[in-house]
Amino acid sequence: MLELKNICFEAETENGVKQILKDVSLKIEDGFVVITGPNGGGKSTLAKVIAGIITPTSGRILLDGEDITNLSITERARKGISFAFQQPVRFKGITVHDLISLASGKDISVTDACAYLSQVGLCARDYINREVNASLSGGELKRIEIATVLARSTKVSLFDEPEAGIDLWSFNNLIKVFEKMHDTLGGSVIIISHQERILNIADKVIVIANGSIKQEGEKEEILPELLGKANVACKVLTDNC
Amino acid sequence: MNNTELELLKIIADMEGTPSGAFNIRANGGLADRKVTENIDIRTKTDKPGIDIIVKPGTKGEKVHIPVIISETGLSDLVYNDFIIGENADVEIVAGCGIHNCGSENSGHDGVHTFFIGKNAKVKYVEKHYGDSDGDGKNIMNPTTIVNIDDGGYMEMETTQIKGINSTKRVTKSRLSDNATLIIHEKLMTHADQYAETDFTVDLDGENSSAHVVSRSVAKDNSSQLFLSKINGNNICNGHTECDAIIMDNAHVSAIPQISANHIDASLIHEAAIGKIAGEQLVKLMTLGLSEKQAEEQIVNGFLK
Ligand SMILES: Nc1ncnc2c1ncn2[C@@H]1O[C@H](COP(=O)(O)OP(=O)(O)O)[C@@H](O)[C@H]1O
Ligand SMILES: [Mg+2]
Repeated sequence: MLELKNICFEAETENGVKQILKDVSLKIEDGFVVITGPNGGGKSTLAKVIAGIITPTSGRILLDGEDITNLSITERARKGISFAFQQPVRFKGITVHDLISLASGKDISVTDACAYLSQVGLCARDYINREVNASLSGGELKRIEIATVLARSTKVSLFDEPEAGIDLWSFNNLIKVFEKMHDTLGGSVIIISHQERILNIADKVIVIANGSIKQEGEKEEILPELLGKANVACKVLTDNC
Repeated sequence: MNNTELELLKIIADMEGTPSGAFNIRANGGLADRKVTENIDIRTKTDKPGIDIIVKPGTKGEKVHIPVIISETGLSDLVYNDFIIGENADVEIVAGCGIHNCGSENSGHDGVHTFFIGKNAKVKYVEKHYGDSDGDGKNIMNPTTIVNIDDGGYMEMETTQIKGINSTKRVTKSRLSDNATLIIHEKLMTHADQYAETDFTVDLDGENSSAHVVSRSVAKDNSSQLFLSKINGNNICNGHTECDAIIMDNAHVSAIPQISANHIDASLIHEAAIGKIAGEQLVKLMTLGLSEKQAEEQIVNGFLK
């Protein structure tokens, strides 16, 4: 179980100090958790705090009861936290096979590496020896990023807007992948997403806006309201037109 | 041949045992072994140290190994090698120089390699430079490569210096005729107090000639590198020079690309980028469980692969 206690994060900006996360406390049990909310609400920042990429200004993070607040990115990764970036990183010279091997922590065979690629809808043979560089499209890169987290198979898997740039066909498969992951790995699968279909498979939905948790609960409670609001917003827009 | 020498051969020329094609092994300033084939002749020069490698016109798919190794300290070796590649030939040449310096004196190898590539001939030239030392003697290599490519000829040159050369000044001059192509890939890593200088000059004299010069390098510790690349477009031609360097620690890297168009249809591009390893690359690999040091290693190894 992952627990965040009173997490605050402030950053220096041109207009003085900005509070990006404001006293966020959260318990993430094993299961399928979706974090949603408007752009700029602080979702990616929260994910980076969990992965150790951002050090919070105050607050504590516990993994299965152990305080991991002061652990480095590497140490948290080794304790079982995996993170698929919203904007995946490119590398000159490192191939898809290299990256998946590094992720799995061992020299994995081409066949095994390909299995992860197939799961994210990439025709493995075409990609396995390609460099993870600027020649890959945004959607391809995004799927490779997801494959690295699959290859790690850890108890906490965090995905930051995995659906972005991915076509519909692959998206359907992706949902199956997340469901399967959750079934086989146990642990927590945490997905930051705006997609109704991803929200639909969640055990728990957390809404973050303006740096704080606005709502938290079973999808049955949260979803109707969330989607209802969206519909209202759309109506307003249409009316204005 | 002792074990150190065999090890050097393996590193610089991928040689294990006797290669199947023609070869010439030079060890500690003298000829150690040689084999010629029906199509590829190797002759010792009579006026100066060095060899002539003569490939018959039309020779296809043969490979020639011409490694040079030095395992004595304080030995300075200078050779002149000429490669005469006949028309329509298609061959691979694996050169390379390895120094194992076990003493306190400087060891060095300076080679002048001159290529005459015949009409429509195709050459792949692979050259690795490597050194190691047990003592405080320095390993010094100053190779000069002169390339002349006749009409329709093609040369791909892959040069690598990854380890153990204290000082190097590499000069490459080339001249291309009509429809000739030259591709150069350089890989370079310097560490400690090493110095490496690369100086490429390409004269695109022929109509529709083209050149692509790509250098990737990593400078660590207190080492320094200077990259010079000049492409002169003297006809309808395409030229591209690219230098991409990672700088670490207290290293210095200078890249000075120079392109000159002397013809209205010359199209030339230069690109040069120097920077430290991107922070987000380190972060990504650390989220996979690598330490910062391991992440750095993976990024550097990949970059120079
Ligand atoms: N280091 C930083 N310095 C200043 N502003 C930041 C920094 N990191 C994030 N922000 C701002 O904080 C807000 C939340 O960002 P983010 O977590 O990326 O939101 P989300 O992922 O929910 O869209 C945004 O307004 C963003 O511009
Ligand atoms: Mg975000």
